[in-house]
Amino acid sequence: MLNTLTLIIGITMMYATPMAFAALGGVISELSGVTNIGMEGMMTIGAFVGASVGYFSGNPWLGVLCAGISGACLALFHAIASIEFHADQTVSGVALNLIGPALALFFCRLAFDGSAVTQPVANKLPKLFGPNASGILGNLNVDMMVVIAIILVAIAWFVIYHTKWGLRIRAVGENPAAADTLGVNVKLVRYICVILSGFLAGMGGAAVTLSIVAQFSQTSIAGQGYMALAAVIFGRWLPHGAYLACLLFGFAQALTVVFGGGTGGLPTQIIAMLPYVMTILILMLFVGKSNAPKADGVPYIKGRR
Amino acid sequence: MTRFIQILKKPVTGTLIAILFGFILAGFILSFAGYNPFAAFHALLTGIIGRPKYLANIVVKSTPLILTGVSVAFAYKMGLFNIGAEGQYIVGALAANLVGISIHLPAILQLPLVLLAGIAAGALYGAFSGWLKARFKIHEVISGIMLNWIALYFSNWIINLDAFHKPNTSGAYPIDQAGWTTFFPNWKSTAEAGQFMTDHPYIGDILRTDFNAGFIFAIALAILMAYVLYRTTKGYQLRAVGDNKDAAEFAGIDVKKNMIQAMLISGALAGLAGALNIAGNAPHAVMQLAAFEGNGLNGLSVAFIADGSPIGCIFSGFLFGGLLYAGQSIQYMIGAPSEIINILIGTIVFLVALKDVVVVIADRMEARQVLKRKEQARAAKGGAASC
Repeated sequence: MLNTLTLIIGITMMYATPMAFAALGGVISELSGVTNIGMEGMMTIGAFVGASVGYFSGNPWLGVLCAGISGACLALFHAIASIEFHADQTVSGVALNLIGPALALFFCRLAFDGSAVTQPVANKLPKLFGPNASGILGNLNVDMMVVIAIILVAIAWFVIYHTKWGLRIRAVGENPAAADTLGVNVKLVRYICVILSGFLAGMGGAAVTLSIVAQFSQTSIAGQGYMALAAVIFGRWLPHGAYLACLLFGFAQALTVVFGGGTGGLPTQIIAMLPYVMTILILMLFVGKSNAPKADGVPYIKGRR
Repeated sequence: MTRFIQILKKPVTGTLIAILFGFILAGFILSFAGYNPFAAFHALLTGIIGRPKYLANIVVKSTPLILTGVSVAFAYKMGLFNIGAEGQYIVGALAANLVGISIHLPAILQLPLVLLAGIAAGALYGAFSGWLKARFKIHEVISGIMLNWIALYFSNWIINLDAFHKPNTSGAYPIDQAGWTTFFPNWKSTAEAGQFMTDHPYIGDILRTDFNAGFIFAIALAILMAYVLYRTTKGYQLRAVGDNKDAAEFAGIDVKKNMIQAMLISGALAGLAGALNIAGNAPHAVMQLAAFEGNGLNGLSVAFIADGSPIGCIFSGFLFGGLLYAGQSIQYMIGAPSEIINILIGTIVFLVALKDVVVVIADRMEARQVLKRKEQARAAKGGAASC
């Protein structure tokens, strides 16, 4: 019993973490008033860059860093489009979801002799309880990215709600014109937030390819970025809310893994469906006001009301 | 000059410039990676018009993209982002498949029933998303994403049931041939047809593909939806809600009802795309899905390249389908990864998002021109006075 329970917790954390990085980034970007649909693309490029840097350098942490930078680069395009050119942020995000995976596979084929998968990395990210934990500790032996995600969520929550920088981010997302008159640099705040969201999404990608599996393939990132998008909305644009939403998705996944082996007579496809059915049902039960940032997705044009 | 500015201001100009720059950028990436971009684009062109067969396959590939593109565009006109088109496509295909297996009627009844099943399934699936938004304020992006996964697993479950699963394949039984949109399916397998195809290589080349009547439906529906949006009261209401929800509500338009209806229609179009795939293409059955095929998600790009215009979706659908299909030839002709096509398409979509810049530039040019003219007039006047 305890064994199963800890197993479920471990798997929940494992599935939730990559999404949580991206979702946290999504929260930050959207709080500043820029919607970020392109997280799937940023995660995919991060997953590829993380795995290949990890493979060539042998250092997984360098991989995570480079993955973050690659996600941030992609996010920079989104930032320029939506902040500088007042582009439709949905369209730009959809474009990045095409470009990200395509760039990842393109360079994967160039770097790995035409193969759509990278070579497995020699060193994965370290585990919380070391490489030799077994039993219950083994079940709970999550990788360090899980721990980092929790710390980052806590930091984000503190910064956003208890510091003046956080207040500025929220002000820019709620009422950019008012923030502007008070001397807040709206563009700069948005640039920082969008680029940060790309960095986090890229790290989320690396959390898949450097700790869960050891290599990048076409299916490394299969919808986690979209699920992160859902987690942002589900978590009501709160860092911890989004994290809890990711935990819920991860928990449902864990249930399918643990009980998916045909026990109880339910076909595997039905069990696999449950997380998504559950999400809709929960959302139906908690009919509530949406507290999306008021200026979310609205370009800010100086001097226009 | 004035004429040039007018051309710049046309919406389609921005799109064409975006496409041009997309190709230029893709060329740079290719040469950066050590491939000759001109050879690549030549391979691409060959992959499109090199053989009649290629053109036929592009039409086949573009058919669902046009429909899902129109589906997304239609909902987007109302401010709804139908990311769930993928799921609606899947349930549409599944329903068409099940009906096509279960009933055996003459083609004149069978085909409409197969297609209607797909339309109905997609419509209900889409309307469910709309209802969740209207009744529970659940964002259509969330419900769409969830419903996409649910559709994928549901479809996999159904086609693996003994009643529908064709043994030794990864899919369901094919539908009754009466429901096919393939041209002359019976005649094609006869010896006489074989002789005809050898005698007429061009027509034969086309007939050997899955070329079918589906694209006629796609084009007709794109035109119909443009008519609905711009020439009917319903369309006016939908667009009014999209422009300003509060104003529309104040003017007496039932926003919630329109929301559900828009998603119903949008879902119906995506569902039809799925049904046409079953009716038109071998193996005329739903296959086990390991991941999303992207027919619905690519509809997002098609709709955005078309700037939300249903008629535009016909062109962007063919562009998208053509590039996707011919992208394979880049890979086998010059060895460059075919993913360059997705980079190209993504860049085009990205630049389309920026295309208002062209209008801004045109405005500036116009302002400068007006200023210049005024100065000239003043100079002329001054000159006359000094004489």
